[in-house]
Amino acid sequence: MNNYKRKVNTSEVLKRVIGYMIRYYKIPFVMVIVCIIITAIATVVGASFPQKLVDDYIEPMLLSGSKDFSGLLSDIKRLVLIMAVGVISAFTYNRIMVNVGQGTMRNLRDDLFHKMEALPIKYFDTNAHGDIMSVYTNDVDTLRQLLSQSIPQIINSTITMTATLITMIIMCPALTVISVITAVVMFSVTGTFTRLSARYYIRQQRALGKVDGFIEEMLDGQKVVKIFCHEEKAKEDFHRINERLRQSADMANRYANLLMPVNANIGWLSYTLVAIVGALLAMNGLAGVTIGTVIAFLGLNKSFTNPITQVSQQANFVVNAVAGAQRVFDVMDQEPEKDEGYVELVNAVIEPDGTIRESSERTNVWAWKHPHKDDNTVTYTKLEGSVVFENVDFGYDEKKIVLHDISLWAKPGQKIAFVGATGAGKTTITNLINRFYDIADGKIRYDGININKIKKPDLRRSLGIVLQDTHLFTGTVMDNIRYGKLDATDEECVEAAKLANADGFIRRLPDGYNTMLTGDGTNLSQGQRQLIAIARAAVADPPVLILDEATSSIDTRTEKLVQDGMDALMQGRTTFVIAHRLSTVRNSNCIMVMEQGRIIERGTHDELIEKKGKYYQLYTGNFAEN
Amino acid sequence: MKKVLEQIGVYKKDAMICVGLTTLEVIMEILLPFVTARIIDEGLEAGNMPVVYGLGALMVLMAFLSLTFGAFAGRYSASASAGFAANLREAIYSNIQTFSFSNMDKFSVPGLVTRMTTDITDVQMAFMMVIRVAVRSPLTFIFSFAMCMYINAELSMMFLIAVAFLIIVIGSIMVVTIKIFKEVFRKYDDLNASVQENISAIRVVKAFVREDHEDKKFSKASGNLYNLSVKAEGLLAFNAPAMMIAVYFCIISVSWIGSHFIIDGKMSPGDLTSLFSYIMALLMSLMMFSMVVVMITMSMASIKRINEVLMETPDLKDPADPVYEVKDGSIDFDHVDFAYKHGSGKNTLSDIDLHIKSGETIGVIGGTGAGKSSLVNLICRLYDVDKGSVKVGGLDVRRYDMEALRNQVSVVLQKNTLFSGTILDNLRWGNPDATRDECMEACRAACADEFIERMPEGYDTRIERGGSNVSGGQKQRLCIARALLKKPKILILDDSTSAVDTATDAKIRKAFAEMIPGTTKIIIAQRISSVQDADRILVLDNGRIDAFDTHDQLLKSNAIYQEIYESQIKGGGDFDQPA
Repeated sequence: MNNYKRKVNTSEVLKRVIGYMIRYYKIPFVMVIVCIIITAIATVVGASFPQKLVDDYIEPMLLSGSKDFSGLLSDIKRLVLIMAVGVISAFTYNRIMVNVGQGTMRNLRDDLFHKMEALPIKYFDTNAHGDIMSVYTNDVDTLRQLLSQSIPQIINSTITMTATLITMIIMCPALTVISVITAVVMFSVTGTFTRLSARYYIRQQRALGKVDGFIEEMLDGQKVVKIFCHEEKAKEDFHRINERLRQSADMANRYANLLMPVNANIGWLSYTLVAIVGALLAMNGLAGVTIGTVIAFLGLNKSFTNPITQVSQQANFVVNAVAGAQRVFDVMDQEPEKDEGYVELVNAVIEPDGTIRESSERTNVWAWKHPHKDDNTVTYTKLEGSVVFENVDFGYDEKKIVLHDISLWAKPGQKIAFVGATGAGKTTITNLINRFYDIADGKIRYDGININKIKKPDLRRSLGIVLQDTHLFTGTVMDNIRYGKLDATDEECVEAAKLANADGFIRRLPDGYNTMLTGDGTNLSQGQRQLIAIARAAVADPPVLILDEATSSIDTRTEKLVQDGMDALMQGRTTFVIAHRLSTVRNSNCIMVMEQGRIIERGTHDELIEKKGKYYQLYTGNFAEN
Repeated sequence: MKKVLEQIGVYKKDAMICVGLTTLEVIMEILLPFVTARIIDEGLEAGNMPVVYGLGALMVLMAFLSLTFGAFAGRYSASASAGFAANLREAIYSNIQTFSFSNMDKFSVPGLVTRMTTDITDVQMAFMMVIRVAVRSPLTFIFSFAMCMYINAELSMMFLIAVAFLIIVIGSIMVVTIKIFKEVFRKYDDLNASVQENISAIRVVKAFVREDHEDKKFSKASGNLYNLSVKAEGLLAFNAPAMMIAVYFCIISVSWIGSHFIIDGKMSPGDLTSLFSYIMALLMSLMMFSMVVVMITMSMASIKRINEVLMETPDLKDPADPVYEVKDGSIDFDHVDFAYKHGSGKNTLSDIDLHIKSGETIGVIGGTGAGKSSLVNLICRLYDVDKGSVKVGGLDVRRYDMEALRNQVSVVLQKNTLFSGTILDNLRWGNPDATRDECMEACRAACADEFIERMPEGYDTRIERGGSNVSGGQKQRLCIARALLKKPKILILDDSTSAVDTATDAKIRKAFAEMIPGTTKIIIAQRISSVQDADRILVLDNGRIDAFDTHDQLLKSNAIYQEIYESQIKGGGDFDQPA
């Protein structure tokens, strides 16, 4: 994602940004353009008035010696009117643009977030979280400048320039040539400097990324730095990369800072040129040029070159914004998680004769609704929680298969434990049942239905999961438990907490269930967070559970609470558990011993001990680390 | 603020040059319209070609000078601001290096990273604006007004009305919006925090099928941000029209009054044109100035955050007359009280009185929050005690040179870190001059040799950032090896073998006994098996010493120890616990 090297197609990206803006704000955007045109006209009229004043009133009055200002007065009155319209339209477009700009930002953020939520787990596993985050914090931000300032400025300048250009051509085509040449020179200068500064700007961003990474790593380990008295070395290393950042930032800004003085002074040169050429033409009576035209033209020439200087100031913003927009669109263009399932989970009623009927009410009995395309019938299968793996192969990428030929059958209510060293593939298996990843070969059946046919949301709703790393959300403890079932009552949540053994410590928190958790629940201990996660799974009351026991060291007392909570939760549910503890394993219906992606032994605790194989080895104290 | 500005250092020269050049540039810019007026009056109107040529040449020269001044001002502003930012980063980083553990506990790593990247970039941009624009606009304002006064003093009064109008309108808009913007930034931070949360918890979101729920939550938050931003920027939308009103007011009043003056012969038409140029320059400079004010205000928050880190002074200091020699590995705690927040009364450790002989192996056990880590952190003076004293080698730790002390007291932290680089690079943190053989020997003692040798590149294998390409147990063993390379008199393992299997754990302890018998070893653990062979075991509870005795004695007489032992042996323990 932080791919600063790749070529970005500027005009394509810009078109897309503007297209995105117009999609939601067509009418306001048209109004903005109309108002900008009106404002620009008012500006041109206003700017050319002093000349008109000299030519039409002052000069003739000086010549005739009359002191009759009534003509001028009525002209000024007209001018005031035009200016008032200009001011009003300027306010109107500025005000509308606030809504358009901010609204587009909001839509962009919402769309980006919506899109992100729909991305497959693989995306999050393969991209650094900091990189994804930087799309929100840095890239979306650069677009704000583009939308709320650069685009209106560019439109405004373009219109002013066009209006001025037309006036200039009407007034004197010969002198217009000089102005147009000036404009061309200014644009090419702007282009060159922008390209140069962009090159260093890219370097600066890369150096900044390096600095960012360095500080993050070193500060994460700052206590270790301290203990090993490594401070001086750390400073030296930092100085090196910091120096690189300084140089590139210096160069990038040098070129960017050149634009303004260069363009402004080309404007003055053009002014001089027009004055001299104009004077020569007028003296010799060529091309119908009079002194009056030259003076008027000088004013116009300035209104023509000024906007270029202003637009050129925006060039760097545009370059940045385009790079940012590209990264935003990269995320938006990611392939979302696919769902081709059609089997749904529905509330059901079981008739006395054993047939299953769909119900629109909550019955606490669930069934899979399975439509058959060929004969347009629908069959219902009761949700029971049997899970079957048939010769499943899987790899995170196609070339490297990490799970080989996994077959197992978990009957409803059974407990299946996986044991084995890190990297043996235990966690991977749990990623397959809920389809965080799709298998390469073989079949997984849930209540006899191939899980690929089940709609993903329905499949996941029927599975409870407690992960090794506990993630909680900003909100109260109650909110976090309710996450498992959004319409759960307070009583249900408390009930779940009791089941999970979490009720005791929650009540001792300063605000009990209403205690606010912030920053992933950092104000709780690891064990307490696990207890809340168990309660969260309990309130969802799913028939199938996936438990990844935490290996982190929590103290013995809390650990006991967590274990009892998990045990209570497992009662009566089909459970897949990645086990680290003897107690969990011992009463499993079946233990799968995994090694290098294969199940190498299976059976109950007693059977496996009897066998004196790998399990026996692990069990008697040669368990490889986790 | 002062501390922040001090960091300009050697780049102060560049900043001064920039200010000087900008002044010259502004003077040129102010004089140019004056020359143009003369071209019109004395050249064109008078039909005098030589004057047109002469003044034209002058203008070209002035434009060229102005360009040169401007370009170099830009160059120096770039180098001054980039240098300022670099110095600031360096200053912050250096200051962090002096932090003690308790200083560090005050800041979060992401917080520090933001300060050193985003905040400093903001300050850099603001600084560049300040030395260019903040100098330029008042100068432009003053010079333009002086020229106006020179051309026509009476008309200049009209400008003052416009200026007063602008100052009042823009000023009050600024005051209000800056307040709202601060709120906007807060909301923005919250929004980003929720994105962060969603990214790291994406598995939970998907497992509970809460994508829509999160979507709604996010839309609501981004909607709030939108409303607030529109409120702030809606006010800013008054700026441009206010500016136009001021300009138009000037154009009209100057046209009307000026034309009377011309007819009455008090002014020339050329003067009128230059007056208009100056009005524009004058009002634009005000506008620019208001922009700078906004930028400075916005960067004030950044400056404040940077300042917090710069002003933080380390709370541990080397003594005036430090001792560099640690005599032996004996440790004495004399009635020590310790609190993370000094003087808060919430003691983490209370009345610890403990005497350990050089060469002893001590086990430490107790629940979370019992104070195990806090206790050992006092030995190498990562924190200072509140009451009593901690002695190493018979001498108060506060009398040693900190580096000398820490070289003799080696801690393997609970939350430990490897750094990107090869395995050897990481090991040499313990001793930069260690030979390959010495490193290998340390790894043997830490039982890290077997897995390192299985790696394709052995000791030259690259460790990824944070040690993400080695398992938890491997990481712990590497960290132990690294600590061993210091050849310390005291070695402290703070729960450093929790992810290592029991057999290896036992092997490591055996190696310690054989290879470094003279070193005092303190082992904190959750597992009884890790400490039961120690000479003595310290049982901590709630920051107090509950018992300090051998395994057998504790098993007989200590309730807490018995409880832990029971729970670990009877099915509640780890899978790898021998039954």
